[in-house]
Amino acid sequence: MEIVKLENICKKYYLDEIEIEVLKNINLSINQGEFVAIMGPSGSGKTTLMSILGCLDSPTSGNYYLENQNVSHLTDNELAKIRNKKIGFVFQTFNLLSKSNALENVKLPLIYGRVKNKNELAEQALNIVGLSDRKKHKPAELSGGQRQRVAIARAIVTTPSIIMADEPTGNLDSKTGLEIMNIFCELHKKGVTIILVTHEQDIAKYAKRKIYLKDGLIISDERVN
Amino acid sequence: MLIEELFMTSVRGIIANKLRSFLTMLGIIIGVASVITMLALGEGAKLKVSNSIKQLGTNLLFISPGISRRGPIRMSNVQTLTFEDAEAIKSEIPYVDNIAPENSRNYQIKYFNKNTNAPVYGTIPSYEYVRNFKTIDGRFINDNDLKTMKRVCIIGQTVKNELFGEAFSPIGQEIKIKGITFEIIGLLEEKGQSNFGDNDNIIIVPLTTFQKRLAGVSHIQNISVKIISENLMSEAEKLIEELLRKRHKIKQGAENDFTIRNQAEFLETMNEITKTFTYLLAGVATVSLIVGGIGIMNIMLVSVTERTREIGIRKAIGATKKNILFQFLLESIIVSVTGGILGIALGYGFSFLASKLTEFDTYITIDSILISFLFSVSIGLFFGIYPANKAAKLSPIEALRYE
Repeated sequence: MEIVKLENICKKYYLDEIEIEVLKNINLSINQGEFVAIMGPSGSGKTTLMSILGCLDSPTSGNYYLENQNVSHLTDNELAKIRNKKIGFVFQTFNLLSKSNALENVKLPLIYGRVKNKNELAEQALNIVGLSDRKKHKPAELSGGQRQRVAIARAIVTTPSIIMADEPTGNLDSKTGLEIMNIFCELHKKGVTIILVTHEQDIAKYAKRKIYLKDGLIISDERVN
Repeated sequence: MLIEELFMTSVRGIIANKLRSFLTMLGIIIGVASVITMLALGEGAKLKVSNSIKQLGTNLLFISPGISRRGPIRMSNVQTLTFEDAEAIKSEIPYVDNIAPENSRNYQIKYFNKNTNAPVYGTIPSYEYVRNFKTIDGRFINDNDLKTMKRVCIIGQTVKNELFGEAFSPIGQEIKIKGITFEIIGLLEEKGQSNFGDNDNIIIVPLTTFQKRLAGVSHIQNISVKIISENLMSEAEKLIEELLRKRHKIKQGAENDFTIRNQAEFLETMNEITKTFTYLLAGVATVSLIVGGIGIMNIMLVSVTERTREIGIRKAIGATKKNILFQFLLESIIVSVTGGILGIALGYGFSFLASKLTEFDTYITIDSILISFLFSVSIGLFFGIYPANKAAKLSPIEALRYE
């Protein structure tokens, strides 16, 4: 089943009246359960593409269908709801709330989504990433790898359509990075759709499909088995 | 459920910065406390005035000699009123319940080696009724005293305490007023302090005795007229004016040589004054409340900038604009309401202290509590809207990128 469909997506920015075209006519289709890596050098537009795929931003032109719903021209509030229900984010810098403990961080999307049995779901998610014994710890009391696992738990707690991971191992040492990638692989095996943005080949090799971006264009799209 | 969570989030945000939140609150606390205290002082003053006037009764007219003027300044050497004027008013004006002419002067009072100073009033038996006095020991002056110019007097509590001390009954004792011996025949009930001074520092003697033996005058300084009903006051005032003009042979167009004052008018003037006073005080206090509000806004703006990343995270995870707006608005409202409640408590304390330590009376009305509470809520709302809106409008991408 096609979960993501991009049709002629363009994104332009204006910096002091200078037009910068970051994405030029992107066409892309991602199916349910795929593990895709988006690669490219810095400035290639992969972060912008990820923002659009993650509904953090709207394209300047073109259409984006997320689970057959056109989300390219929605209002901020509608986008917020889509992000809440259908997308889970994992960031390079973890982006956890420093004043809240692990469990509270994982519960956060459930709160905004007005979901019942929040505690139960959040504990399940922490269980999946192997952190059930750390739920009362605040981010500062956790290691980098553990923090990223909390972030993954927060991303999966709403059982979203896609997990968007932006350089999830960028701030981790290679061993911990490996552990994190293993979690993604586990999730992939369970049928979760994962979009990974990275510039590291070592990390991208875990994905089953690699999309290369350069100067705002897709220059290659290869599937690995 | 969501509101509950947002509320907890806001509370946690406030607790996380205890000192800062407290300092922010302090502006509101001081503002509300001063509003409460100032209104309590104003209300207390108003109550005191109206009480002292009501004590005399609101259906009293005062006639004094001299040209009518507003305010307390009167010519005191005018001698146009006579005892006959008073009697004429009583017999000719229909709505008059009773009258009491009086003449007064301050004299030195002596009892053996003790002495004091008190206003001595020369008047007639009806004075007790007209001016709401009560004789609790002995008796008031009677017609016989008046007829025979007897040297008898009734004293107030302050005079009694000055000369005889607390426990001792002064009835039958002889005191000297202006060197003349008077027998004390009565003691007045305590009336307390009023805006016009100590109501108990008073000596009452028969009018005739006063005129002939003490002051050596024949005129009257003041006539108190008790009217049957409050509604008839202006009617009676008009009739008295006509009567006195006729008696004093004042030509048409010429000014009165007497002044009629009315308790209700006086009450109104006093209320007007205390009202102005209250508004002035409350105005000053309101300014401090607004300054407190600006403090809230300032801190909230800092807080929004500081927490840009947090806002970005919340938005990425699915918080809508409304959620963010609500969170920050709630924070500023919680700060201002908590400050408001603490301020009300502090205002209570201040008012209590003010009435204990100074001569001012304070009275806290429910209105002033409600007003200052609602005011602090609206301050939180008003000064919180801008920072909260700024937070809500942040773009999630930029907020996440913020270092």
